[in-house]
Amino acid sequence: MDRSRITDLYFAEARSKLIDLAAFLDRIERSKGTDDFRMKAFRAALLELGTAGPEKAKKILLALSDPTEEPVAQAGTKSASGAWAGR
Amino acid sequence: MVSRVTDDYAAMVTAGCRAVCEPAFWAGFDRSSSQGFYDYFCQLTDYEPRRAAQFGLPHYSWLCLNPKEAENMSLAEEVLAMIPSFLDRPNVLGIGEIGLNKNSRNEVTIFEKHVELAVRYNQMILVHTPHLEDKWKGTRLIVDMLKRNQGVDPARVIIDHVEEHTVDIVLDAGFWAGITLYPQSKCTPSRAIDMVEIYGAQRLWLNCACDWGHSDSLAVPKTAIEMKKRGHSEAAIDQLIYGNPLQFLRQNPKFHVDETIEEVHRDAPQK
Repeated sequence: MDRSRITDLYFAEARSKLIDLAAFLDRIERSKGTDDFRMKAFRAALLELGTAGPEKAKKILLALSDPTEEPVAQAGTKSASGAWAGR
Repeated sequence: MVSRVTDDYAAMVTAGCRAVCEPAFWAGFDRSSSQGFYDYFCQLTDYEPRRAAQFGLPHYSWLCLNPKEAENMSLAEEVLAMIPSFLDRPNVLGIGEIGLNKNSRNEVTIFEKHVELAVRYNQMILVHTPHLEDKWKGTRLIVDMLKRNQGVDPARVIIDHVEEHTVDIVLDAGFWAGITLYPQSKCTPSRAIDMVEIYGAQRLWLNCACDWGHSDSLAVPKTAIEMKKRGHSEAAIDQLIYGNPLQFLRQNPKFHVDETIEEVHRDAPQK
């Protein structure tokens, strides 16, 4: 499928998500306080969007992932936060 | 399906769903005793198949203790001891969804015990990979543990919830990879099709969740519509969403769908 057809299919949806993302950052920056580890990881991952080359989704997922290799001593919590706290 | 209303069964059948596979999972709260698991396994192997049958839908299940409850080692050991007594039930396809959640040492220990159980009883395996930031590490740990166990046949193992950063780890090791479609977490239809286009459809399948959280029981047929929009042929769509699960699941002789309907389906002209 050529680029024109892919653009036709997905541009409106992606545009909407892009504006939602910008509005989210505006909302964060209007609020009091400072970025926690999730927002720091989020801003770092955002930089991948502006780079050239393939696998942007993979690079963003990796930027938000725990890069360590050994099991942790105990689970502590059951839920995931979306970003690795240790970075 | 234990947390869904019968409308979901009706909608799935209407959309062309031919069978449902329900793995044992976390209930949203920790069960207080192994007796709670006994009741849950009875529900998965007795009551739920009868409920699905009212809609003409074959129901299959996988049994285990979910990794979210693996920190309670004594409970986990009791549940592991109970599982063999359910394995000969007619709708049980294997051990699952085992795996990791926060990649803890106890989760690793209980995962390996589940794998040993599956090997000892010649069971197929369905693996859950962790959520979000824990997925990449957990997937690598899981693949390494499975590869170390000489009794594991990768062709009889599906590692579920892959995303763009884990799909190649699973496929390169020879396992089946599941892409789970959710409205927000895990994977969307368009990303799933991207992965199919990049990696090919071999040993890949799509699934949707019907759990107690925000999930869509019709996500697979909706993805088929999305594939059609992108110009995939009906034969390619059929192979991915129907042929591939059949190929994997038929390794267990207990699994079958209505062959008569399947023949009609296969003989239908391809547009």
